[in-house]
Amino acid sequence: MRAIHPFHGGVHLAEHKTESTGTAIGWMSLLPRYVVPLSQHIGQPAIPVVKPGDRVLRGQMIGRPTGTISTAVHAPTSGIVSAVEMHPVAHPSGLTGLCVVIESDGADRAVEMSGIDWRNLDPAEVQAHVRDLGLAGLGGAVFPSAIKLQRGNAARIPTLILNGSECEPWITCDDMLMRERADATLRGAAMMRHLLGADTVLVGIEDNKPQAIAAMTEAARQAPFPVEIVAVPTLYPSGGAKQLTRLLTGLDNPTGKLSTEIGVQVFNVGTAYSMYRALELGEPMISRVVTVTGHVPRPGNFEARIGTPLRDLLAAAGGDLPGTTGHIIGGPMMGFDLDDARAPVVKAVNCIIAKRVEQFPPAAPAMPCIRCGQCAQACPAELQPFELYWYAKAKDFEKTRRYNLFDCIECGCCSYVCPSHIPLVDYYRFAKSEIRAHELDAQASQAARERHDFRTFRLEREKREKAEKLAQKATTRLDSGAVAEDDPAAAKKKAILQAAIERAAKAKVATTPQNTDNLSPTVQREIDAIEARRQAAPDDAAATGRQPTEAP
Amino acid sequence: MLTAILVLAGIGLALGALLGWASDYFKVEEDPIVDKIDAILPQTQCGQCGFPGCRPYAEAIAKGEADINRCPPGGEANIKQLAELLGVEAKPLGEGLEPKPKAVAVIDENTCIGCTLCIQACPVDAIVGASKQLHTIVADLCTGCELCLAPCPVDCIAMTVIPARLDNWKWQYPVIHLRQVA
Amino acid sequence: MNGSPYTQSANNSVRITMIKVLVALIPGIAAHAWFFGPGIWVSLIVCSLIAIFYESLALVMRGYPQKPFLSDGSVIVTAWLFALSVPTLAPIWLYAVGLLFAVLVAKHLYGGLGQNPFNPAMVGYAVLIVSFPTYMTQWPAPLQLATHMPSLANAVDMVFAGSGSISIDAYTLATPLDTLKTLGRAGQSGTEIFNQPIFGLIAGKGGEWVAAAYLLGGLLLLGNRVFTWHVPIAYLASVALTATLVQAIDPSQHANAWFHLFSGGVMLGAFFIATDPVSGSTTPLGKLIFAGVAGFITVMIRDYGGYPDGVAFSILLMNIAAPFIDTYTQPRVFGHAKGGKVGK
Repeated sequence: MRAIHPFHGGVHLAEHKTESTGTAIGWMSLLPRYVVPLSQHIGQPAIPVVKPGDRVLRGQMIGRPTGTISTAVHAPTSGIVSAVEMHPVAHPSGLTGLCVVIESDGADRAVEMSGIDWRNLDPAEVQAHVRDLGLAGLGGAVFPSAIKLQRGNAARIPTLILNGSECEPWITCDDMLMRERADATLRGAAMMRHLLGADTVLVGIEDNKPQAIAAMTEAARQAPFPVEIVAVPTLYPSGGAKQLTRLLTGLDNPTGKLSTEIGVQVFNVGTAYSMYRALELGEPMISRVVTVTGHVPRPGNFEARIGTPLRDLLAAAGGDLPGTTGHIIGGPMMGFDLDDARAPVVKAVNCIIAKRVEQFPPAAPAMPCIRCGQCAQACPAELQPFELYWYAKAKDFEKTRRYNLFDCIECGCCSYVCPSHIPLVDYYRFAKSEIRAHELDAQASQAARERHDFRTFRLEREKREKAEKLAQKATTRLDSGAVAEDDPAAAKKKAILQAAIERAAKAKVATTPQNTDNLSPTVQREIDAIEARRQAAPDDAAATGRQPTEAP
Repeated sequence: MLTAILVLAGIGLALGALLGWASDYFKVEEDPIVDKIDAILPQTQCGQCGFPGCRPYAEAIAKGEADINRCPPGGEANIKQLAELLGVEAKPLGEGLEPKPKAVAVIDENTCIGCTLCIQACPVDAIVGASKQLHTIVADLCTGCELCLAPCPVDCIAMTVIPARLDNWKWQYPVIHLRQVA
Repeated sequence: MNGSPYTQSANNSVRITMIKVLVALIPGIAAHAWFFGPGIWVSLIVCSLIAIFYESLALVMRGYPQKPFLSDGSVIVTAWLFALSVPTLAPIWLYAVGLLFAVLVAKHLYGGLGQNPFNPAMVGYAVLIVSFPTYMTQWPAPLQLATHMPSLANAVDMVFAGSGSISIDAYTLATPLDTLKTLGRAGQSGTEIFNQPIFGLIAGKGGEWVAAAYLLGGLLLLGNRVFTWHVPIAYLASVALTATLVQAIDPSQHANAWFHLFSGGVMLGAFFIATDPVSGSTTPLGKLIFAGVAGFITVMIRDYGGYPDGVAFSILLMNIAAPFIDTYTQPRVFGHAKGGKVGK
């Protein structure tokens, strides 16, 4: 029995797990349309490699990874790309993101897929393969998996941890995956173990999932390499990578460093399963298990293709019951409110909860902080949340940074226990995004300063060179004795410029419209309005001066 | 008497020499205040402060010739930082100056005649193009200073506010209805 | 827009915390009523009403809503702690003045709930003991020693009319701490002093039982996790240790640790006043320092200072130091090296 090294703080939560574990993982019927966002992972969004009208097959790459931290995106079914456009996505902002819309042809034909010989190939090649198959961590952070398979400067990473803790209430996708696909999950772990050179493989599972523990233990018994299935006490957030590492190994991941520096790499169990599908079968990451629970008639888990609109996923569980007040993407502790149910399932979506007021009452009004310290007792990062709140509220970002704001994992324990019902994490998120924005601004202004300095230098150099040239010319002219009365070249230049201005003015008034056949009435109205503005513009501009126009 | 004077003078000289040497030896290389001010300014080089760029404005602040609240792109945050640096009270943005949402200049490519006037006006070399060629603005480099608007002879440059996107979206300050609670 | 978490622990609010504190005070109050007469109920009710009036007034002036802030119970806690710290059956104006400083000055002038650097009840007490020392020494005598036991009607009379049908001397007596101080100064030896009728088994007659009841209430709160063990344990340990050391220096003049622990406001202070999170230290190490030094100062004031009891002053002094202590005792953050610098 492995010793458990408890972490500081944490909270006991009402689990709400049994609601969605009653039935096996369900399969969804093919939908007529899928919407696949190009930015589903941390890092650079994928670059679309298809255009409207293109025919795609299931598993075909539609977004190419770019930059160091990136991964590919694939078509979830066969069909025709109808658009590459901005579409609502699952994001706390409720903003839109660039998506590839695929109208399925119903045939669901796949590209040719085949596994690779990962045992004998060069690790770099395997990693490139993982990147091209679009693998990203399914635990929530969606970090591109290929990068996590690199050993860095270390000769090997001795400890591989599979994270099956799933500590958030309501979510059961990892639980069900482990119950039903334990064997394949451990096969994925074998590949990770091989690539990292790990000798210890630990699977941490919260002890409120006895069936998953049993299934995984059975699979571990048959695995060709040693695997330890460790039941960890049910205490949120035991599924945080750093917390789980502490629980299983007693090691603290140093701040700002990768866990590989302490010889540990952590993957979600779902990622291990996808790794098996990718390397053994050659299947890219085009589906994942998602929990649909809460106020729906048939809560459960579904194998959903990436790109499935969330309202179709909800419909698979019977749709929202009357009295649904909204949806949470992810768990109630770290998830976010869904703005638009047209947003699709992405690699990060592990759960959707239909809310009703009895289970998710509106937040109680916040009272002043009385510094009771319950947040500090609950904080798994061992921070002093009330101090962070104090400074974030005052927008004293320098102080929040010194009180280690960036060690906050936004687990929500502090807000959960706060007797004053202060939305503490909202303050931290605010402070973090302000600090990040400020850093970007500082970088931009540094770059602008450099460019400005260089320009000043260039102008001065040009002036100097010109003066030297003139001086030289003057000497030669004096020598020849001929001094021009007027500069005909300058006059000619002026005339050309004037002519161009006139041409442009004419062009502005009488630009020949294009693509004006078969217009809808709305578009035609818009065009008319624009024309009217264009006609009026020259006088307006003269009268009111230039006004910056705002983008819609 | 003479001895006393000599001794005192000697001590004075020795200590003076020591101090002189120490001040030279332990000299602290400190950023001149102008650099520190300039580091805070947003480097848009827009001239809205009334000075021909950020550096001249920084110099004017350092000399006490300009107030710290003349920079609209920097806004409130900037004024706060300057106030802290200089040990003065922060104050609202100066009269006649309005903070504007962050914007970049965009050239209407149908109208541009390739006159290069905007290129010459751009303080940060963010416009590319050559004579009689279409010009375009590198959005990432544009500081939104608006200095290119005036020189354009055909009014083909417009300021476009940078929209909220997934990659620049920020969490808002939490709203707590403390006083409205009944 | 509200972000996660979308769930909050049930049965957890400022009001519930305050109610727990009030309930934990009941054993002490009951003991007080048993040994010193029912007059304590009168002063508790009167103080509560005055404090609520001030609180309400402050909320109106500051433009805050009445209901959430009056119902959070914090002002009642202040009123009760104040009422238990000042002599029972004092005239009403004394309460009014003390609570004026407690609620309006110490609490609301500094920004209200959660912002006060000093414990409001202790500020009220300190103002009174500095300004009206005579009134502040007139504590009711234990019932066995009083020549007259004030009934509830007498008590109401005394509080509202300032005097009553019975003379003050009939029901008040110098407290054990007072007696110790005065007689000790007069040159009497420890044995002589402790033979005075006011002394009981280990401390003051009756008072020791009230202190024991506060201890019981405090342990209930500790078991309920209203506060951590750091402050009360460090405070009591420090009082005991300092008292023992002082007694070792001069056994004839100074009382032992048991006497100090069970007399005056030590138990009330350890569990109900020093544990105030708003004005106290908040880091684990900081709490130990905060309470430890407070305990030391308490005994120093008792044994060498001008006032009979030092609980209020020691806690107020440490309230000043709390932010400073916190800055230098920030705990290690997960993933940081031990002794890494935080804050500052």
